Amino acid sequence: MSAFSAIGDDREIDRDEFTPGIEPQATWCPGCGDFGVLKALKQAMPEVGRNPDEVALFTGIGCSGKLNSYFNSYGFHTIHGRSLPVARAAKLANPDVEVIAAGGDGDGYGIGGNHLIHTARENHDMTYIVFNNEIFGLTKGQTSPTSPKGHKSKTQPHGSAKSPIRPLSQSLNAGATYIARTAAVNPNQAKEIIAEAIEHDGFAHIDFLTQCPTWNKDAKHYVPYTDVQQSDEFDFDLSDRAEAAEMMRKTEERLYEGEVLTGRMYVEDERPSYGAEKRAIGEMPEEPLAERYFDEDAEWERTYDNLLEHHK
Amino acid sequence: MTDNELIWRIAGGSGDGIDSTSQNFAKALMRSGLHVFTHRHYPSRIRGGHTYVEVRAKDEQVQSRGDGYNFLLALGDSFARNPQDEAYYGKEELKPLYENFDDLREGGVLLYDEGLLDEEDVDEIELEEHAEENGWHVVPMDLRGIAKEHGREIMRNTAGIGATAAILDIGTEEFEELIEQNMSGDMQEANLNVLQDAYEAASELDIDHDIDVPSGSHDEEQVILSGSNAISYGALDEGCRFISGYPMTPWTDVFTIMSQHLPEFGGISEQVEDEIAAAALALGASHMGVKSMSGSSGGGFALMSEPLGLAEMTETPIVLVEAMRAGPSTGMPTKPEQADLEHVLYTSQGDSARVVFAPANIRECYTQTRAAFRIAYEYQIPAIVVYDQKIQGELRNMPASHFDEQANSDPGSVLTEEEIAEAAHHSSGKFQRFLHEPEDGSNVSPRSVPGQKDGRYLATGNEHNPSGHISEDPENRIAQMERRLNKLDDIRADLDENASHQTYYGPEDAEHGVLVWGSQQDTAFEAVDRLNENGHSVKALGVSDMMPYPVEEVSEWLDSVDQVLVVEMNATAQFRGLTQKEIGKYGDKMSSLLKYNGNPFEPAEIVDGFESSINGEELAATNMKYLPAAGD
Ligand SMILES: Cc1ncc(C[n+]2csc(CCOP(=O)(O)OP(=O)(O)O)c2C)c(N)n1
Ligand code: SF4
Repeated sequence: MSAFSAIGDDREIDRDEFTPGIEPQATWCPGCGDFGVLKALKQAMPEVGRNPDEVALFTGIGCSGKLNSYFNSYGFHTIHGRSLPVARAAKLANPDVEVIAAGGDGDGYGIGGNHLIHTARENHDMTYIVFNNEIFGLTKGQTSPTSPKGHKSKTQPHGSAKSPIRPLSQSLNAGATYIARTAAVNPNQAKEIIAEAIEHDGFAHIDFLTQCPTWNKDAKHYVPYTDVQQSDEFDFDLSDRAEAAEMMRKTEERLYEGEVLTGRMYVEDERPSYGAEKRAIGEMPEEPLAERYFDEDAEWERTYDNLLEHHK
Repeated sequence: MTDNELIWRIAGGSGDGIDSTSQNFAKALMRSGLHVFTHRHYPSRIRGGHTYVEVRAKDEQVQSRGDGYNFLLALGDSFARNPQDEAYYGKEELKPLYENFDDLREGGVLLYDEGLLDEEDVDEIELEEHAEENGWHVVPMDLRGIAKEHGREIMRNTAGIGATAAILDIGTEEFEELIEQNMSGDMQEANLNVLQDAYEAASELDIDHDIDVPSGSHDEEQVILSGSNAISYGALDEGCRFISGYPMTPWTDVFTIMSQHLPEFGGISEQVEDEIAAAALALGASHMGVKSMSGSSGGGFALMSEPLGLAEMTETPIVLVEAMRAGPSTGMPTKPEQADLEHVLYTSQGDSARVVFAPANIRECYTQTRAAFRIAYEYQIPAIVVYDQKIQGELRNMPASHFDEQANSDPGSVLTEEEIAEAAHHSSGKFQRFLHEPEDGSNVSPRSVPGQKDGRYLATGNEHNPSGHISEDPENRIAQMERRLNKLDDIRADLDENASHQTYYGPEDAEHGVLVWGSQQDTAFEAVDRLNENGHSVKALGVSDMMPYPVEEVSEWLDSVDQVLVVEMNATAQFRGLTQKEIGKYGDKMSSLLKYNGNPFEPAEIVDGFESSINGEELAATNMKYLPAAGD
């Protein structure tokens, strides 16, 4: 038996395999948008043909961070804002494992904002799903980086003076190669986008609009929405940076005007992933590093006799 | 006791090549059969600013820097030509000369570059008067001129070496060989010419002095390296193949060495956006089954506090290096201190379960880094190697065979797929990663790694049940908490059996004791030798295991002496506090000698400190602090 026999088996995958027998109702409120992400993610898995043992899901802290309690794969529920750096190293350590990261808008765009920029810049081959409910859920309804300007909360009783962050544009500028927005109320599109993002060879960022009926009653429930790919109004070239940037600008502005635009915003297939770049310059081994620890034939001899030579 | 040794100090400006020149000088002396040790002093400036390196050479193992020195090569600070600087700092380019007056011993030799330093300026600092007072032999030479004649001004260094060799009558063969090995073409030729010219010029001078350079020979092949080299090689030998970091002095050293070499070992190095990310990446790689490390210095390590706690809670093994420098905050970036001990022991929320080793010298940097990896991966716990800017910067020779070990590829307590198939699973299908009572009776519940069949579990920083699901059940909480904390007892027993990290020194039946940790250990040992020669009865104990603390071992030793002087490089006696807390007695026996001015102890200072503590006299020196016993 190989050390990682779960990797690469090509049997039919059933989405129920991803249900661990623990119910999300235990933590998520009725009507929470997070259920939609969970469902879409589970539905995407059979499409990409990955089984639970070859998937590692990294989450941050927040209601959204609980995702991997209800998703049956290898899981790492990390700390607030830090799912991306943990996930990045996991991918480098074993590129054969499917790496997915997820978290909230506070988690991903606030405390973890710096990591998002750098993960996108490096174009790691992974999928990042941000549950964007425009609010801090788990800490009971404070203003988040995506809350609209003027949004009142207990910590900003006079209404926020800050404009919301523009996550799609930001990711584009930073270097992400697959950028999309979808919504929990649109399960088919969500499933398709997640499946595509997973299959994309590079950093895929999905801004996933969710609702928080408990703390963000004012917020739109993101219906009706328009799928920009299906609408004649938005004819743009997904692989053209400038056109995609313009489309994202519109998408981000109109959201706060009540018009919800979803779909793929940017897809670039040419740029190699970070792992491929590192391998090309000899900074990363061809075979997954993790395997060496389980491979009896791996070469472990000291090769640094020539290092000591320097010191003689 | 200070006879028969050479302590050569080279001084110049940062950027003048002081470092590389001193390294070559030390290496040449080692090759000629001597034991060597270097001490480095540098300012927090990239170019310019007074810097020096001392090379101490003897025919027996050198433990520490000496008291003062007996040969000064003052090159002058060639970057100090900003007149504005002069207004603030005085004559900057002269600093390498006059700033080094204090510790040059009586009868010492002072060689300076009159090609760079103006005669008028030199007059102003009253060199002659100082020399007369101290019986120094002053040798002005136009090193810059010699360098320029054959090559470039920067070769002043080589000219200085040539002149030194002539004055000390040590020949130039070893230096020539180093030049031939390290350089080629015109550079090589020019340097060889400069070396010979300076040698000949200095040979013609009539200088009589009584520095007696010893001669010796080694039984085994030697290598000369720094603490950072040793930590890096220890990590490589223990199978570490992943490092992530963000630069911060003095941690940068290990990070650089590892980054340069990891790819040839099939490993991965990542420079990332900050230290939170750095530690998080190390965790991510380790979660996948790869042996990984990260590290930083004070402020950067502070950022690692939360990922460190996550490693404890999820029982993800990692090794972190903390290279201390003087604090608080950014403190003194290029100066050593031992003041982050409490920081590494206690940072991060909750009751902590981590291992902390403080190697005392370069040899221990290697062995204890290996131990840190072994313990971390066997017991699934973060291990921290804490050292300081002193060990990071100093070079020492030791037998090459010290490093001659095989790489350890064992990933620690990770199951194979066959074992996972037999192990317990939760009804949800998840593998029981965090058993309350692991089968072998130990406190370590073996793990699986992503990609292994049926090994799925959830790692979470929240309290969790055996399969990793978040749980606030009180009984589960107690079981998990106890298991995690009890590992420390197992590790203590393991260390007692397999790796004594404590070092005993001096006569066993001595009356008094010196207790010391980390980089000050070997200096204290040299002081103990002198104290015994002075008629005292003293022994020393150097402690390296900070957590879990060797309570029994240290208690026994404390029991065997009357009074104990605890020597450490900080202002609040952190190690004495730890010892007292862990042992719960002997507070009335332990007094402290503390130094926190940015410079490590010299042996003579510890001798003075010990003597005044015995006599009950106040310390004469103002650069140290004595803290009396405080009771239990
Ligand atoms: C370092 C740190 N700061 C603050 C917190 C508290 N905290 C937990 S979740 C959260 C915000 C959650 O909001 P979001 O990321 O939008 O996720 P949601 O709960 O809405 O899904 C905060 C501030 C924490 N756990 N760690
Ligand atoms: S607080 Fe909001 S985000 Fe959290 S579970 Fe409830 S509805 Fe969902």
